[in-house]
Amino acid sequence: MSLKVLTYLVVGASFALYIAIAIWSRARSTGDFYIAGKGVSPVANGMATAADWMSAASFISMAGLIAFLGYDGSVYLMGWTGGYVLLALFLAPYLRKFGKFTVPEFIAERYYSRTARIVAVICLIFISFTYVAGQMRGVGIVFSRFLEVEVTIGLVIGMGIVFVYAVLGGMKGITYTQVAQYCVLIFAYTVPAIFIAIQISGNAIPQLAFGSSVDGISLLDKLDDIVMSLGFTQYTSGAKSTIDIFCITLALMVGTAGLPHVIVRFFTVPKVRDARVSAGYALLFIAVLYTTAPAVGAMARYNLINTMQPGDIGAENGNLVYEERPDWMRTWEATGLINHEDKNGDGRVQYYNDANPAFAQTAQSYGWEGNELSVDRDIIVLSNPEIAGLPDWVIALVAAGGIAAALSTAAGLLLVISAAVSHDLIKGIFVPDISEKNELLAGRIAAAFAIMVAGYLGFDPPGWVAQVVAFAFGLAAASLFPVILLGIFYKRANKQGAIAGMVTGLFFTYAYIEYFKGLFLKWAGAPWGEDVAANWLFGISPEGIGVIGMLLNFTVALLVSHLTSPPPERIQHMIENIRVPRAIDH
Amino acid sequence: MTPENRKAYWKANLRLALGCLVVWFVCSYLFGILLVEQLNAIRLGGFKLGFWFAQQGSIYTFVALIFFYAWRMNHIDQKYDVHEDD
Repeated sequence: MSLKVLTYLVVGASFALYIAIAIWSRARSTGDFYIAGKGVSPVANGMATAADWMSAASFISMAGLIAFLGYDGSVYLMGWTGGYVLLALFLAPYLRKFGKFTVPEFIAERYYSRTARIVAVICLIFISFTYVAGQMRGVGIVFSRFLEVEVTIGLVIGMGIVFVYAVLGGMKGITYTQVAQYCVLIFAYTVPAIFIAIQISGNAIPQLAFGSSVDGISLLDKLDDIVMSLGFTQYTSGAKSTIDIFCITLALMVGTAGLPHVIVRFFTVPKVRDARVSAGYALLFIAVLYTTAPAVGAMARYNLINTMQPGDIGAENGNLVYEERPDWMRTWEATGLINHEDKNGDGRVQYYNDANPAFAQTAQSYGWEGNELSVDRDIIVLSNPEIAGLPDWVIALVAAGGIAAALSTAAGLLLVISAAVSHDLIKGIFVPDISEKNELLAGRIAAAFAIMVAGYLGFDPPGWVAQVVAFAFGLAAASLFPVILLGIFYKRANKQGAIAGMVTGLFFTYAYIEYFKGLFLKWAGAPWGEDVAANWLFGISPEGIGVIGMLLNFTVALLVSHLTSPPPERIQHMIENIRVPRAIDH
Repeated sequence: MTPENRKAYWKANLRLALGCLVVWFVCSYLFGILLVEQLNAIRLGGFKLGFWFAQQGSIYTFVALIFFYAWRMNHIDQKYDVHEDD
């Protein structure tokens, strides 16, 4: 059986499974549709949260990102896991006790304000659409690479699958589908990693393998050696400044805790204590991938350099003769993900850091005329099974895993968007006396509509999809997180403070990213500032600026709250109530 | 469930959560970022210790921390008699 047929079979079987689960678990009420009827066990919710959380970027791109960033890649590892600690300790149990359907609904009731609800919905829609566009793009790309169909067709198939199970099943449908998707994606991720670990070090556990010895010297020390002899930054130490590393990590952590599609997952468990422990299971399941990724990154970088440098590393003729390149490289050249341009015409592949002035003289004396190899970071995970010489079914599984990662995240995001429209805007503001049946219908229509918009954004990305990380996380950190936290822990925080805080945090963070990256105002000349450390505020890059946005939000919210009247008595009671697991009778 | 009881419960909860937050900060921001250079002088097998905390140790600590918090909170819920009915 050819690889292509096998891939179709494996991916097709995974789709059939997802749809079967959706039909079995379809939503019958708004409670089912928004929060799975609060009937999800903490372990199942943990798995669903993990699948929801790990996107196409986590699955396909992260290990490659770390492979090329080395220590600096740690910001993603710590940043995208540490937020769960904040969630478990400070948000999840209290929002679960609150016991309603959406994040804007909490903000509306806690701050007794429709305006606050609308501001929260705007933040939510902004964050979630930016995020989902990247996922749909991911679905299209995985389809086109593994199944050799057009990106557009891949996108339409992906939209169709999400449509069936998100619209039909709502939260209940996507939760159980995500459990299945987690199993597919984690298996697809760890199997090639284990084989590569065995090949390189003889140790089957990737987390230990990248710290073990190769030829009597630690793999990481050896990696440090060989990257530096080609002019690259030392693998185990970084190029970014300490303050920037600190702020990016914090913005990603706080952003995680403020992302509506993550928070809402903790509304689906039966009890307050389940919400706490469920965050633990979620992080445990996430950690399986997140501790494997840096091992894959280091081993892949090591493999790549050794492939390009069969002779002495950093010597004039140590590098690969192009005609002798391995088969996997030939395969992936066809996709454009790895590319060789023989600049000095010597028939060899020179792979080195040509932006390093200290190395320029050496390169010149060798007659090298610039780096000749361009490697897309996605290839690190995608080509792993071939480099390791694994059977075709593993390659097919990696395709199914990548699609599972993208679909599960897209579905979770689409659901919070549809809930914000049908529950917060339609029921909460415009048509308060809508029947449950009609609200459910409105939710389904909103989900269908959101899928269309997401598909369109994925088909024709407006140029800012690449900035998703800086944007969605910074925005969540600077807008939603502070007001939710104050809402639970500070009784004196009031309506005026919350609105002023959210608007300030949102506006500041958005303006900073727009100024350096250019998002919506490209027509007006954005970006206006060159995106280099010398121009940044306190040396903080746009990726980390959400931290300053968050601090501004807190400061403004506290200041304004103290200058205006305290929240009414009933709000004080409500806060008392969400702080204890058992219901209080008044 | 008297108001005094609730207040004491809330205080116990905050103390535990803040304690966990200190560990959260130390294993990631302190060991993985601020003191990474100093810790890199120490080895943990084939790893430099600071690098290991940044790419492995912090994540393991986060997982353990949440389970520890959930376990301690169940005790505190029982002790102050504010736990949910089974």
